[in-house]
Amino acid sequence: MPENCIYIARSSAIAARALAGEMMVMNSADSTFFTLNEVATAIFQAADGHTPLREIVRNRICEQFDVDPEQAQADAEQFVAELSGHGILIVSDQPLPSEAP
Amino acid sequence: MSLMSEVGQKAFNLGVPLAVHMDVTYRCNERCVHCYLDHDDHGEMTTAEIKDALDQLAEAGVFFLTFSGGEVFMRRDFFEIVEHARRLLFNVKIKTNAVMIHEEEARRLRELAVDTIQISVYSHRPEVHDAITKLPHSFERTVKSIRFLREQGLRVTIANVLMTVNSSDHLGVQKLAAELGVHYTLDPTITPMMDGDTSVLALRIPGKELPEVFRNPALVGSQEEFCAPPKPPSNEDLEGYSCSAGHSFCYISPYGEVFPCVQFPLPTGNIRQQKFLDIWNFSPQMKEVRSIQAKDLTVCSSCSHVTSCTRCPGLAYVEGSMRGPSTADCEKSFYRTGVPTANMLRQGLSKPRTVSGNTVPLIQIRPIAVPA
Repeated sequence: MPENCIYIARSSAIAARALAGEMMVMNSADSTFFTLNEVATAIFQAADGHTPLREIVRNRICEQFDVDPEQAQADAEQFVAELSGHGILIVSDQPLPSEAP
Repeated sequence: MSLMSEVGQKAFNLGVPLAVHMDVTYRCNERCVHCYLDHDDHGEMTTAEIKDALDQLAEAGVFFLTFSGGEVFMRRDFFEIVEHARRLLFNVKIKTNAVMIHEEEARRLRELAVDTIQISVYSHRPEVHDAITKLPHSFERTVKSIRFLREQGLRVTIANVLMTVNSSDHLGVQKLAAELGVHYTLDPTITPMMDGDTSVLALRIPGKELPEVFRNPALVGSQEEFCAPPKPPSNEDLEGYSCSAGHSFCYISPYGEVFPCVQFPLPTGNIRQQKFLDIWNFSPQMKEVRSIQAKDLTVCSSCSHVTSCTRCPGLAYVEGSMRGPSTADCEKSFYRTGVPTANMLRQGLSKPRTVSGNTVPLIQIRPIAVPA
């Protein structure tokens, strides 16, 4: 498996809605509430469980936002780790099933 | 300002309906003495109609969705509706009397990641609660259901409507909430019946009993802050708006009617005939509601309470004008601070006139966390 080949999926316990370009996300388990900026929203929306994070960064972030690929990957991993810690995203080194309620 | 407040303000400024209260039925298995609803089914929306409405609400940007009634579980398709709502990623809250929630229903609600379940409890004394609901053993069943929900780790809030017949029981219900590990809210709102019958208003607690509630730190937080005399309004205050009704919040009835708020019976359209966003964006009634600034209020713009009063435009509308005063809120402002309102002064009153049967509901007090 290539290094950093991680898969991300949205938790089934969350509520989410876009508001003026930002994504509101709330975890029903503890009512933690976040707003995601445009880049974070793009990653969140692409978190389908079977697209590797590196591919999401390459296809959805670098192409759309004109950022350095290595920096973008590092920022994305930090963002994913943070949302994973709050139960918003599920992270695995294997493809994940859909987490729809 | 908290992140949630910032988002609320953003939605308000953009005119996005951030939150919607949807009653899925007016049918109920209880017959509460103070209830304002007609419990007959006059043609509720079908499952497909509600799902279509939810699709439209998601597209319109609605994030917070409250399902209520009637008793929501009287609909056999209620879980199908909640499933659809959660698939659309709404934050879902449910208001219920919970008597139809058993272990299986509690487990299903947790699986669906419902945010909060608000449950009506009128007294810590079974005989008082059951006399209000007119359903034998309803207290026992409701409390049992709360335990099922807590076992599933769900967040539960007890809503305690305060009226003459249970006015001495709110401390007991607070204690019960703490024992059950759930939140507690107190609500002294009694609303006239939908057909205009105001006899239920005789159940309202007298205004003179409000100070006891307003001086209870467990309910209002800092008494000094809550009961402080009003500050003079600034020009910016007078440019402000009453509340989120019609700005970032609305209510949808089981028959598809859209109103600015659950307490604001001004019809603005019906989603069986129009798209939700057409009603939200273009209804003349909705536009009128959102045009009203504090400076436009006929009496309240000159009132010293104008910045701190919880004046409800819906209750004012029921009294005769959405730009006029809401007497119940005048009463609340007076008993909270001891300072007469402009509405009282223009009638030559030094304290609110006590009239039973034709006054309008009182206030709602924000939910508070029960100490663990």
